[in-house]
Amino acid sequence: MGGLAEERVRAAVEGLVARDVTLIDAVLAGDEPINALHIEVDERCFRLLALHQPMATDLRAIVAAVKINTDLERVGDLAVNIAEAARRYAGHPPVKKLVDIPMMGTIAQAMLRDALDAFVRRDTTLARQVLNEDDRLDELKTRVFRELLTYMMQAPTAVEPALDLILVSRHLERIGDHATNIAEDVIFMVSALDVRHHSPGPEA
Amino acid sequence: MTHQVSSPTRFTTGLSVRDGRDPALNQAPKAVKIDVEHLSFFYGVKRALEDISLQIQANLVTAFIGPSGCGKSTFLRTLNRMNDIIPGARIEGHVRIDGLDAYASGVDVVKLRRKVGMVFQKSNPFPKTIFENVAYGLRINGLAASKSELAGRVEESLKQAALWGEVKDRLHESALAMSGGQQQRLCIARALAIRPDIILMDEPASALDPIATQRIEELVYDLKQAYTIVIVTHNMQQAARISDHTAFFWLGRLVEYDRTDKIFTNPSEKLTEDYVTGRFG
Repeated sequence: MGGLAEERVRAAVEGLVARDVTLIDAVLAGDEPINALHIEVDERCFRLLALHQPMATDLRAIVAAVKINTDLERVGDLAVNIAEAARRYAGHPPVKKLVDIPMMGTIAQAMLRDALDAFVRRDTTLARQVLNEDDRLDELKTRVFRELLTYMMQAPTAVEPALDLILVSRHLERIGDHATNIAEDVIFMVSALDVRHHSPGPEA
Repeated sequence: MTHQVSSPTRFTTGLSVRDGRDPALNQAPKAVKIDVEHLSFFYGVKRALEDISLQIQANLVTAFIGPSGCGKSTFLRTLNRMNDIIPGARIEGHVRIDGLDAYASGVDVVKLRRKVGMVFQKSNPFPKTIFENVAYGLRINGLAASKSELAGRVEESLKQAALWGEVKDRLHESALAMSGGQQQRLCIARALAIRPDIILMDEPASALDPIATQRIEELVYDLKQAYTIVIVTHNMQQAARISDHTAFFWLGRLVEYDRTDKIFTNPSEKLTEDYVTGRFG
């Protein structure tokens, strides 16, 4: 499921940059497998909780899985949102050469991948790296905002496509937030430390 | 009170739902091993079980749950006629094992119990050696033709009961020197030795610590490949963990009988819901 979500983010950003409508449409049409897994994972966790009374590490792992499941499903939805913006953007002349947005895409994907690897390997060090990456994504988003604002002020025709790019950067930033949530859940699962909302925990 | 839950049509439709636990449940329903029809049971004038109908399927674990005095143990004991010896006890209705009426005149009760073995709450090994405990049933039933066959079947039974590794070097020591959990597994081995089809277990783990309980539960899971297991338990969580089907009894009535995951996640009856959520009992 994590692999699917990652791949869809990659395809949506590539479709935007390459103005590849076929690729974009594939992302738009392809949310179903993730949605099916979303339901299946929830059902399995539900059953495990009901029938096996998991405790301690097992309990934290299942609760983490339920939350990560929701995050991944949202990432799948955000990939669709990016593809929708990309579809509209492809109908306009390009505003500029895209530099920061592909970079944001790369970072968001890497964060997702690392967060999921951390989950699988129960690796809190890697999870904490993911938390640090989120700041880079936020900075890039702010930069994209500012830069596109200048384009919009210069040419009213650029407003619509530039707004779509701003939306894409916002979606990518949100994907980073979901990766951050996953990393926080991994830390909680492994060491029972709640590091959300900037409570760093004794290890930090 | 009528028990729709026990009607075969409704019950088999429930089995078509996906199940993550036992792939076998996703397939066609298994053969009916025990078919109980309109069973009532009386201790003198007191009716302890009221008009119970249900079908227990082969090679599954079926759990009976319910508060104390709900009749679940009484019901279990009707399945191999363990209640016969109680003065004034009387039954109405039918219990069919593989299609044969267990209460028909002319039924050999000893044969019936050979087919339907039983394990009790309190482990009750004979005051003999470990080997003799398992060999006893084989000897009195004349089930082993030679010494080597006897030894082979004792070993096989102890292995099936996941006890062989722990006792193989002290087979001729007293069974009473074993731990409680080992004694209980010995009783299971003793029940298995005569190769029954069905094993009835009445609170088999209630006197054991959590580790020994887990071993019994794992054993139950393994044994269902070859046996049909019916287990009475006070411990709802245990029923949830190990059984495929669960029957909930209350005041001598069968309230609900369904797949275990259904009973514990979305029971059909309010009484069942109240019981599994701990609101009474």
